[in-house]
Amino acid sequence: MHFDPTLFAQQLINGLSLGGIYALIALGYTMVYGIIELINFAHGDVYTLGTFFSLAILTLLGVTGVVTGPMLIVVVAVTILGAMILCGLTGVIIERLAYRRLRNAPKLAPLITAIGMSFILENLMLYWKGPSPIPFPAVIPNPEFTLGAVTIQAKQVMVILLAIVLMVVLQAFVYNTKLGKAMRATAQDKDAAQLMGININTTIALTFLIGSALAGAAGFVSGVYYGSTWFFNGFGAGLKAFTAAVLGGIGNLAGAMLGGFLIGLIEAMTTQFIGDQWSNVVVFSVLVIVLIFRPSGLLGEALPNKV
Amino acid sequence: MTLAARITSSLPAPLRTQRGKTALAFAVALVLPFLGHNGGFTNFLADAGAFVLLALGLNIVVGFAGLLDLGYAAFFAIGSYSFAMLASPQFGIHLPFWLLLFIASGIAAVFGILLGAPTLRLRGDYLAIVTLGFGEIVPQTFLNLSQWTGGPNGIGSLDQPAIGPYKFGFDALPYYFMVLGLIALAVWVANNLRTSRLGRAWMAIREDELAAAHMGINTTTTKLAAFAMGASFSGLAGCALASKLQLVSPDQFGFNVSVFILAMLVLGGMGNIPGVIVGSLILSALERFVLPQGTNFLHSLHLNLDLTNSRFLIYGVILVMMMLFRPEGLIPSSQRKAELHAADDDPTAAAHEQTLYTEGVA
Repeated sequence: MHFDPTLFAQQLINGLSLGGIYALIALGYTMVYGIIELINFAHGDVYTLGTFFSLAILTLLGVTGVVTGPMLIVVVAVTILGAMILCGLTGVIIERLAYRRLRNAPKLAPLITAIGMSFILENLMLYWKGPSPIPFPAVIPNPEFTLGAVTIQAKQVMVILLAIVLMVVLQAFVYNTKLGKAMRATAQDKDAAQLMGININTTIALTFLIGSALAGAAGFVSGVYYGSTWFFNGFGAGLKAFTAAVLGGIGNLAGAMLGGFLIGLIEAMTTQFIGDQWSNVVVFSVLVIVLIFRPSGLLGEALPNKV
Repeated sequence: MTLAARITSSLPAPLRTQRGKTALAFAVALVLPFLGHNGGFTNFLADAGAFVLLALGLNIVVGFAGLLDLGYAAFFAIGSYSFAMLASPQFGIHLPFWLLLFIASGIAAVFGILLGAPTLRLRGDYLAIVTLGFGEIVPQTFLNLSQWTGGPNGIGSLDQPAIGPYKFGFDALPYYFMVLGLIALAVWVANNLRTSRLGRAWMAIREDELAAAHMGINTTTTKLAAFAMGASFSGLAGCALASKLQLVSPDQFGFNVSVFILAMLVLGGMGNIPGVIVGSLILSALERFVLPQGTNFLHSLHLNLDLTNSRFLIYGVILVMMMLFRPEGLIPSSQRKAELHAADDDPTAAAHEQTLYTEGVA
């Protein structure tokens, strides 16, 4: 096939914006895995739920199309914050109902309840909005810039910027606040953290709150970006975001970000140069290869086997 | 006394043994298709039987060896497609069915090893996600390679099994008896494996991989054996179901199917052969009879709710509720029951159980 540098540059932009969404979801996976070593299968569905919540909020606000002027900021802020709060609470409820009782059980047990929760969420969304794709209003004006032959859309810039800003805020929270310190301590050693006076139940709930809130933000962004969603969206996106978290080094926040952008790029390039129908196969092959050859990921540290 | 124990004690003495109960179950299974009013019931039994085979296979991987395989449907797909490609007009190859049972389960087992070899070094939860990825890749690949697999339409007009001049035809009854025979074989194999050296090694790995390795068990080959054996069962089920349906297509093997089979294990009791069979039958019956009947009932009450759409919701609830409140399943193996509920009968065991639990042994 003839290699076209313009197409490559175009897919670079597409891949980065796709990757911004994966990165936001991957942060939730990596935080939860970092603290309780659980692959939270339901996380991808919390992300889809974020799109559903955003849609409901926009409907309440009476928004059906592009908003301009100062109202745009109000609408976007209200919707994102609303989706983040609702998703965050969903995450906390899931942890309380399905995972907390099993914290000391064999590892298979919470993994199986996580799959169960994922199925439950998907089917609740199926009841809520039906099986067909649901249109999402184009809230944000979307002027296009051209850089040579490459087109950049405003919403692509928004996705990338939002992902980076939220990531920086999160990093600052985890490394510069007392609660963040409690989270890191709990991740290192739950028993020791508890002896130091940290309430590990609250800390773990907080981790779920933040991770799920980020998924909520990603849900809003993906609604605007794709212009539609459906109840099963989170399954594929969740798997890819998990792949991103593993690729970057699970438990590592910057790694999740890097992995997210890389997976976005891989997907965009596969779609362009190999074929759309192979993109899932390629992404999952990446997952398998990373896990075999570098299970600690690009930025992660090798974890010792806990005895 | 539990219901099961009460039923057992009411049986005549020779049937109270394990062997007696097994014989009784198979005797009931032999007459079962003649109790239905129509072919629909036999058809259901044959399909449910194929899923019992799948559940028995997954039970070796998840129940015996403790390896969470979330892409088990991939092996089912490989077995089914192997059969379909070698017994259809697709390539003009028509190998005899009974030979293909061995070939298809062999191919599935080889793929079990191919997937397992690089990934089994991974920790349990990573293995789960890799198998999930594999479960997505396989049907997608069959869908994409349309020049060989017929793409989304799959492969049709598959050969029917035959015994000498007798062809199985389109009636479900001979398929049911064939599946029953395969289940008998699978139960025999699984039961013997369970108490064999290999089976004990699987359970040692399930309880504590590190300790098992220190006792001299080669964990890699032992886990590979579990993957291969589990996959081979799905090859048998694939041949049986594909020859009965006369069709394979990529949409029969999604993640839903893998979770459906996993839910059978969780419901019935992971690691326990009778439990797995019962769990499998309950879920198949739920899908085929309970939900449609329930929907009809709701319609008669003028409630317009279609329960058949909510079957995956129900599997999700089963997975969560069972793991939270009865992790050993409805019909647990005596060993597992003792581990998880020692405290119920004996208060002094409570502390011991707690220790086991915190250390992730139970």
